[in-house]
Amino acid sequence: MKPKASKKTARRSAAKHPPEKHPKDELLRKDRIPHIWCPGCGIGSAFSSCITALKKTGINYDRLAVVSGIGCTGRVAGYLNLDSFHTTHGRAIPFATGLKLAKPEMNVFVFSGEGDLFSIGGNHFLHAARKNINISVICVNNMNYGMTGGQVSANTPTGARTSTTPYGNSEVPLNLPSLAAACGAVYVARWLSLDVRRLAESILEALLKPGFSFVEVLAPCPTAFGRRNRLGSALDMIKLYQKNSVIKNGVHPDETVIEEGKKMVLGKFIDTERPTFLERLAKTSELKSTAWPKKEVAEQR
Amino acid sequence: MTSQRVLTGEHFINGDEACTEGALAAGCNFFAGYPITPATEVAEAMSRRLPKLDGTYVQMEDEIASIAAVLGAAWGGAKSMTSTSGPGFSLMMENIGLGVITETPCVVVNIQRGGPSTGLPTTCGQGDIMQARWGSHGHYEIIAISPSSPQEMFDFTIRAFNLAETFRIPVLIMADEVVGHTLERVTIPPAEKIKVVNRKKPSKPPEKYLPYKTDSSLIPVLPDAGDGYKIHMTGLTHDERGYPVPDAQTQEVLITRLINKIRNNRDAIIDYEKHFLDGAKIIIVTYGSSVRPALKAMRDLRDDGLKVGLLKLNTIWPFAEDLIRKLAKKVKAFVVPEVNFGQIALEVERCASGQALTKLIHHAGGGIHTPQQITNAVQKILPEIGSKRKRK
Amino acid sequence: MKMWRKPLDLGEKLLPPAEIHIIESRCKGCGLCVEFCPRGVLKMSDKFNRKGYHPPVVEESTACVGCHFCEEVCPEFAIFCDHSYDL
Repeated sequence: MKPKASKKTARRSAAKHPPEKHPKDELLRKDRIPHIWCPGCGIGSAFSSCITALKKTGINYDRLAVVSGIGCTGRVAGYLNLDSFHTTHGRAIPFATGLKLAKPEMNVFVFSGEGDLFSIGGNHFLHAARKNINISVICVNNMNYGMTGGQVSANTPTGARTSTTPYGNSEVPLNLPSLAAACGAVYVARWLSLDVRRLAESILEALLKPGFSFVEVLAPCPTAFGRRNRLGSALDMIKLYQKNSVIKNGVHPDETVIEEGKKMVLGKFIDTERPTFLERLAKTSELKSTAWPKKEVAEQR
Repeated sequence: MTSQRVLTGEHFINGDEACTEGALAAGCNFFAGYPITPATEVAEAMSRRLPKLDGTYVQMEDEIASIAAVLGAAWGGAKSMTSTSGPGFSLMMENIGLGVITETPCVVVNIQRGGPSTGLPTTCGQGDIMQARWGSHGHYEIIAISPSSPQEMFDFTIRAFNLAETFRIPVLIMADEVVGHTLERVTIPPAEKIKVVNRKKPSKPPEKYLPYKTDSSLIPVLPDAGDGYKIHMTGLTHDERGYPVPDAQTQEVLITRLINKIRNNRDAIIDYEKHFLDGAKIIIVTYGSSVRPALKAMRDLRDDGLKVGLLKLNTIWPFAEDLIRKLAKKVKAFVVPEVNFGQIALEVERCASGQALTKLIHHAGGGIHTPQQITNAVQKILPEIGSKRKRK
Repeated sequence: MKMWRKPLDLGEKLLPPAEIHIIESRCKGCGLCVEFCPRGVLKMSDKFNRKGYHPPVVEESTACVGCHFCEEVCPEFAIFCDHSYDL
């Protein structure tokens, strides 16, 4: 039931927000809402934070473009009211690279899932980070391939059950912030999908920062991953994640590994500067001699 | 390195470089590629020329990333291209399919080599012809062009870009190592004489605009990213709004339009050259680097009194079905020399429908036919078609 | 709300409540807004929306301070706060 408000406030409220218009509707393709994600899915909250960040950038919406891949998270492109590209599995980053290099005045970001970006797409992530292409990558990590029914992925924790590891996962998951930092990303952060304000702030910083930025979002997948590992509803899962995580800003990315007996480390880990791909390309003529290794270095004892 | 886009004049260059010059003359301003013999020279020439023309050259980590970047750049409005050979062509197939269903203009050059697998990296093959037609999953139509000389590499690449921009589809240039590596004279005309076609842009305002709603041409008019239309492009089957709709009816509407977009317009796309077809009893159907030995063989056979003609295919897909069907009623045999075990020969045979004999002269790869091999093969089929070898 | 430092004018200033708007047709009943509202303003209702989910309702309207957390965390864009004064 709506609270009883005075006539004055009711009129003012109605003027600012007519009843069924949500403040984030301007960036949603309203004819596609409600979306396909399960009740309480972390992707929804991450998407909400992303919209908050997009509004705060102050960038003209015509100058923004989102590229996504295949999977539950990849469906974001279909719901964002921007130039949006829903591409093939694992290849969102090179599509975004092509778009950004052809139209550098656009702010291009990738919003996709961990299976898409790091299993099949791992190679592309590595090189775009190495090149320091000026895009932001927002990766929702729900620790499995959700859309196809919950198979094991490169980020499934050891021992977890998935539809293709019915006896438990024998492999070790990736440490995404460490990988991103090692490949040369200039901004690396990780938050829970519940940490909506910190996540929105990180996404905002990533979008405005020149260079390759990476934000990981740990999200519950109650329908696939949660069900097979008896983690309960989305609410139970996010409360569990909240209890089992700790914020350690600035810590070395190697310490952000997700393993048994260790709390999941959240925070902003890397925020540095490196020339972007196009900045370096523009200065090609200034590069010194390419003879390497240098003789004088080789002759040092 | 010059900052002049069209290098008008006479050049002595190989087919790969001629292809690059053609692309630049057509307005290409984005190239993403990966080195592979025998296509590497296209990338190398692009890496030298594009930065001086304010274009972008980027070497990607593999062919999959290359074709992805090419499509991404095309979405941003660039005229983009990549070049590869057999192994890379196989890797690109998935994203070529995405280019077809999102109706993205771009050019993919395949300098074919001996295959399958790593095969013969440094020598000729024509084994990817059917792959060009059917390589990506699902059913679709494609445009593929077959240049047979460095000059045609220049001219046909311009045509490829124009076809891509007109029909909003990836256009494949199916060259081969011999065409790519032959050093020959290439004449580049003045820029004013080169016809360049650019993609149409929507005139309706965003509120009244439906991306994939077309007129009778069946070709959509799509904006570039950043034009203010906030379009959604997806590889999923989509409706006129571009939104995914997973049902059979939408599939029927979309795929029928994509297929008819090419089929209905095939007269504008298909290109060939006729040599002595009138009155011919035997027609040599040829394309790519098989053309030259076939032309010599045709001249030799005609000198011997045989009524032999030659059909040079400048486009291989869509295939010149209507012409072959018409010719099959008049000729006794089609002879198809190709550097594979029968790919265009299958198409010729299908269209001939038994009305004329179709004889393949195969070559496993690693070179091209000699004119003698072709004349011998033609001589051998003469008894089959009831023709006596005439002497002058 | 537990404050470890009390403002000197705490007794005088009152935060006017924000109005909570719930777009019931969008709600999927996940309960995130109810659980994580710092002031306990919401509770799950017993009614069904047209998809068969229980949307939230405002239980304690005067407790809401307009922190917008429900608006931010809701995965369905089904709830938002509206301030009856300009911030």
